[in-house]
Amino acid sequence: MSTLTVSVVTPDGPVLEDAFEMVSCKAESGELGILPGHIPMVAPLTISAVRLKGEGKSDRIAVSGGFLEVRPDKVTILAQSAEKPSDIDISRARKAKERAERRLQDKQSDIDFKRAEMALKRAINRLDVFENNF
Amino acid sequence: MASLRDIKGRITSTKKTKQITKAMEMVSASKLNRAEQNARQFVPYSEKIQEVVANIAQGGGDASHPMLESREVKRTGYLVITSDRGLAGAYNSSVLRKVYQQVRQHHTSADEYTLITMGRIGRDFFRKRNMPVDMDITGLSDQPDFADIKDIASDAVQLFSDGEIDQLYIYYNHYVSAITQEVTEKKVLPLTDIELDTKKAPSSSYEYEPDQEGILEVLLPQYAESLIYGALLDSKASEHAARMTAMKSATDNADELIGDLTLSYNRARQAAITQEITEIVGGAAALE
Repeated sequence: MSTLTVSVVTPDGPVLEDAFEMVSCKAESGELGILPGHIPMVAPLTISAVRLKGEGKSDRIAVSGGFLEVRPDKVTILAQSAEKPSDIDISRARKAKERAERRLQDKQSDIDFKRAEMALKRAINRLDVFENNF
Repeated sequence: MASLRDIKGRITSTKKTKQITKAMEMVSASKLNRAEQNARQFVPYSEKIQEVVANIAQGGGDASHPMLESREVKRTGYLVITSDRGLAGAYNSSVLRKVYQQVRQHHTSADEYTLITMGRIGRDFFRKRNMPVDMDITGLSDQPDFADIKDIASDAVQLFSDGEIDQLYIYYNHYVSAITQEVTEKKVLPLTDIELDTKKAPSSSYEYEPDQEGILEVLLPQYAESLIYGALLDSKASEHAARMTAMKSATDNADELIGDLTLSYNRARQAAITQEITEIVGGAAALE
């Protein structure tokens, strides 16, 4: 079966580069499933898990936003942070979640609220990706 | 002439200083290695994001976004990257001098500009001169992660989106080589000069999901933030290189000083011996 090269790149360096058969992810406009031979496309991603399926292997990556560039034989994900389950710092994510929840309850100014909400989403996403895998 | 004891004391203290500068030189050398490596790791990301941005700017034509358009400049933002610590030669002073001159040249009142500083030296410099430092971050590690500066970078970009500033410049030391660093001025926002690689025609015309504006909305802030992070990595490499060079010349100077001091120590010792002999001979002659 034909494959796609998937590379996940962050400012702190490449996270993953490997061949897979299918990429499914959550773009801002909805779920996307990408198979080899897809039309070239660019789409922004939400804070979510990107699921990669290949021959007898599957992988999950927690991304915090960013976007996805698709070419017929290559998918590139550019995100400000992206982690494999094994790279997730679980205690840090738990702490971030608690902190964000506390801030949301305090209800301060508008910007703080938005930021806390994003932080909470990122933390929950990391925890989800971490737990589903183990 | 200084006494033997004095010279001896100075030699010992210079030797100790030399030990310290030598150690600092080696520490900086290894940090420089790491910083270079970090800068290299960042390259694929920045190249890719630049490629996509250029592709959209080229292919689309009708794509528009506030960040791509210059508007009348009422207030300018300056992002200045310095280090937290000194002992790095002209690393900080050259950047600060440049920014200071720019500000003096272009602005008459403090309402016309704002400063965003990374690093303690820069913050203290501008505060002391009563210049408005809007945001600052200090205590960055020698190998900063993107997460460390994400907040300040996105706040800076936000200032532009909110119309608080109408352009954003970044000042930092560009790393040319281990012995050369150049003060660089770069316009981050508005993104009017996205480098279009004309040799490479748009390799593929993309589908945009949901549409071009939607993509630009996400892509451009991310691109601007990546420019800021890139500048930080670059200037971290420069910082370590500058410190390494400064410490190397300090070590060399210490060596030279030790040489001179040793020479005068030996002279003084010789003089003391000669004097002693003269005294003995004189004493013996007096007895006869």
